[in-house]
Amino acid sequence: MRFIRQFLIILFVSFLGEVLKSVLPLPIPASIYGLVIMLALLVLKVVKLEQVEGASMFLIDIMPLMFIPASAGLIDIWPTLKPVLIPLLIMTIVSTVLVMVVSGKVTEFVIKLDNKEQKEGK
Amino acid sequence: MSNFLSNSIFFGVLLCLLSYQAGVFLRQKTKIAAFNPLLISIIIVIFVLVMFHIKFEDFYKGSKYISFLLTPATVALAIPLYSKLTLLKSNFKAIMSGLIAGVLTSLISIFIMSLLFGLSHENYVSMLPKSITTAIGIGVSEELGGISTITTAVIIVTGVFGNVSADIVYKIFNITNPIAKGIGLGSSAHAIGTSKALEMGETEGAMSSLSIAVAGIITVIFASFFAKLI
Repeated sequence: MRFIRQFLIILFVSFLGEVLKSVLPLPIPASIYGLVIMLALLVLKVVKLEQVEGASMFLIDIMPLMFIPASAGLIDIWPTLKPVLIPLLIMTIVSTVLVMVVSGKVTEFVIKLDNKEQKEGK
Repeated sequence: MSNFLSNSIFFGVLLCLLSYQAGVFLRQKTKIAAFNPLLISIIIVIFVLVMFHIKFEDFYKGSKYISFLLTPATVALAIPLYSKLTLLKSNFKAIMSGLIAGVLTSLISIFIMSLLFGLSHENYVSMLPKSITTAIGIGVSEELGGISTITTAVIIVTGVFGNVSADIVYKIFNITNPIAKGIGLGSSAHAIGTSKALEMGETEGAMSSLSIAVAGIITVIFASFFAKLI
């Protein structure tokens, strides 16, 4: 029975996300509103971690599966894609690696800088 | 047989599960990192659909029930994030710097390469939101006059490529800090990258979950400025 309540909470928050999306004029999807609402409920102790943990871990565990249908749907977009395929593919690959490296390196660099400051501060 | 498969509700979900399992099996047996279960499952699904002349919409009739879970699963990402909240607070400056740097790198690199390839305005703005989650990305693209199908395609390819290449990229560029790895994956490859980050570890997963939301919002803010450039 505990999973009924866990899914109830998660789906209710998803629904609240949908409500916010329809009310607010921002290009933010229901899922992101939901993530923020859930985080707020946990921080404010309205929802306890163990009240949602089991169902959440299940959903996160099977998450990769959820990307398969849309990815396979690329075959339907193929005609639109074909004429611009090569430049788009090169841009996507180069840019993705660049972003991963720059954001990772910058994060690492600032963490090191902070740690150094803290040590010197002491 | 293809007629039966086209009408089956369970076939689509079954095909997804089976092909993913095949991908996991292949990687475990061969220990080759390039055998990414997600990539392999997508290839198998497309192969089966083409092979048996199954229309995508028939496959989607059943498999849409998996996609339905994507919103609750994104909501569930709050849980790993919550358990790493103190880590987030103590590294707030580094995390925000990484995310802003990531978003700007994405937009600037797309701008420069669009100039090099002589892309039209429509194609350029369709590419701009490539590193953010589909639901935000399509909104951005449409608002700027892009083509939403192209945006969907590049977002998916970005995600899958980020997911597949992260291990190698982090090795080559010697990025070892779990926070940095999570931020890198989340800001470059959104939710699909996050499923890889969750595999790497709790901290990586939490930071990547955060990046989906924050990098998405930062991109919304900067994209309209970049859209005017071409």
